Amino acid sequence: MLRKFHLATLAILAVGGLSALPAWSQTVNETMAAIKSDAKQDNPSFTEFSAARGESFFKTKHGSEWSCSTCHTDNPAALGKHAKTSKDIQPLAPAANAERFTDEAKVAKWFKRNCKDVLDRVCTPQEKGDVLAYLVTVRK
Amino acid sequence: MFKYQKFLQRGLVVGLLAVGVAMSAAQADDDEEYGERQSSKMIGENRGRDMYGVQMNAKFKAECSNCHIAYTPNLLPAESWRKIMSGLDKHFGSDASLTDAENKEITAFLVSNASNRWKAPTSPLRITETSWFKQKHNSREVSPAVWKNPKVKSPSNCGACHTRADKGDFNEDDIRMPR
Repeated sequence: MLRKFHLATLAILAVGGLSALPAWSQTVNETMAAIKSDAKQDNPSFTEFSAARGESFFKTKHGSEWSCSTCHTDNPAALGKHAKTSKDIQPLAPAANAERFTDEAKVAKWFKRNCKDVLDRVCTPQEKGDVLAYLVTVRK
Repeated sequence: MFKYQKFLQRGLVVGLLAVGVAMSAAQADDDEEYGERQSSKMIGENRGRDMYGVQMNAKFKAECSNCHIAYTPNLLPAESWRKIMSGLDKHFGSDASLTDAENKEITAFLVSNASNRWKAPTSPLRITETSWFKQKHNSREVSPAVWKNPKVKSPSNCGACHTRADKGDFNEDDIRMPR
């Protein structure tokens, strides 16, 4: 009886422990691969991501008040600042912040939000991949 | 003896009636207050008090402190939070949308810990638009020069002066106006 109880408790604790881990933890390369697969699906003639195109996309305004660099600054390895609240934003470049682009849900959430703010639409997989290709080239 | 008993009984009835009237008056007063009934069980006003006495919600803390401090639920009435949470895709000029599951969990936390003393029949979206906020920050309390300080920037930047704002604690003793 006692053993049964312990086994049940252990099972509950194990499941609880697992669910406390982030839902998806992946490397930056895996994130890039996932975006690449989306890009191929989105556009059959997709070839490659371009860091140069990503940098220009990152630093340019797209019809709205803000660009990516308005908050993340022109140096994505530096501390950013929220344009409205002035709250610090941790660096975006993986070289300066190892947590970046390792959580699939977080990546999806922030691309959705920030593309809406900067472009007033969702970003294409090509645009997301170009930006990530640029960000991984940024050194500390 | 019998007469005395009857007198006592009558007294008791009158007394109970009086208590009843007083209670329903209190009830009516309570009903006029804005906010959730369950949080009015708390003794005293919860507005501006720190969150340590409240069961903190990890999702609220993580999600609502990305772009600004996690404004504590007791700063607005429940209806305000419902409105704010149903318009997160246009959140004061930014898209702050959440997944449905996150939204549901955080809304429930905000609503059940909302202000328990909201007397006005309003449910503003901005904490700084409430008459309570304006009264507490009138020109006698806070000189206009303070608002112009670049370290303050906006009245929504609570932490510029309320050093423990991120904990939901707005105790006057912790105010440090930046120079």
